[in-house]
Amino acid sequence: MRRPLLLLLLLLPLAACDDMTAQPKRNAYADPSVAPGRVPTDSVSWRDHSTAPPPLTLALIERGQQRFRIDCTPCHSELGDGNGMIVQRGFPQPPSYQEDRLRAAPPQHFYDVITNGHGAMYSFAQRVAPEDRWAIAAYIKALQRSQHAAIADLTAAERAALP
Amino acid sequence: MAAIFRPSANLAAKVVLLGMAALLAGGTGWWLVWPRTDWSRRVGWVIDQPVPFSHEHHVAGLGIDCRFCHTSVEVSSNAGMPPTYTCMTCHSQIWTNAELLAPVRESLAQGRPIAWNVVNDIPQYVYFNHSIHIAKGVGCASCHGSVDRMALTYKASSFTMQFCLNCHRDPGPNLRPKEAIYDTEWHRTADTPSPAALMQQYGVPNRDLTDCSICHR
Repeated sequence: MRRPLLLLLLLLPLAACDDMTAQPKRNAYADPSVAPGRVPTDSVSWRDHSTAPPPLTLALIERGQQRFRIDCTPCHSELGDGNGMIVQRGFPQPPSYQEDRLRAAPPQHFYDVITNGHGAMYSFAQRVAPEDRWAIAAYIKALQRSQHAAIADLTAAERAALP
Repeated sequence: MAAIFRPSANLAAKVVLLGMAALLAGGTGWWLVWPRTDWSRRVGWVIDQPVPFSHEHHVAGLGIDCRFCHTSVEVSSNAGMPPTYTCMTCHSQIWTNAELLAPVRESLAQGRPIAWNVVNDIPQYVYFNHSIHIAKGVGCASCHGSVDRMALTYKASSFTMQFCLNCHRDPGPNLRPKEAIYDTEWHRTADTPSPAALMQQYGVPNRDLTDCSICHR
């Protein structure tokens, strides 16, 4: 008579079993504020704060090239002529970076356009962190320069390498 | 003395023995085998979404980088689902009357996020972090498959613990050079550095990657 009762008692801990796949704790995949489909509506200004332009270095321009190819080439194209794939599919064509007006524009102008958007271009403030905006601006300036370089700008070694 | 069992007891004994064997086999299958099958993990099943978004069109067709939409994959545990604002960056100008995109326009107008359904499900006792995998040379396609060929998105891997451990036990063969991480069509060639060289280059330790606390906390 005692034994079945004891065996039944052994089953009691099973009552503590629950579904471990759902746990109400801090976890990027459990937190409803970051779970897919629940992006806060005011997230446009992600990590947004004004920063001073960083010193111009090769690393900055290379970072800018990487981010430019992610966020900008779909419309502006890798050349910056404004004939990217999305433009070819019907998006209004942005001006070429080679326009005189834009060649004369300071990096701050490109920083501001990324932050606030311009014309048909939406703001990229939420997608491109301030440091990366400066990097992209630096790369755009390099892109402009690359297509207006004269032979005289090259070093002697580089000139020797020309065909 | 009369027989203890009637002749029909032979049948009953057989049925009971067979039943127990079947129960054991069935129980083993249900408990151990079924959860590990691709069928139960729904590998390759298209998940219904509020908008039939095509990665094939956006990635292979238009050449948009993964990070245009999944912006936080390099810096956060979560790769980041794009808010409607990102969709409307282009669709405020393109396909503006498409019936298909009505939920997207509505979402922006009402400030209500599109509730996408989870495709790659992992249990909440797993602390997966995208950024460390990207930083150490694991490509998107190693887990997510050829997303650029998915007209509708589905889970390409089982995402069972076995799946994770297969790589954590020997990560080298699954690492790739930095410039190939977002390349969904990349595969190892003769020029690719050896697995050991890549481990060295990324500073992946040749131990500890199967510790419980790496994934469970």
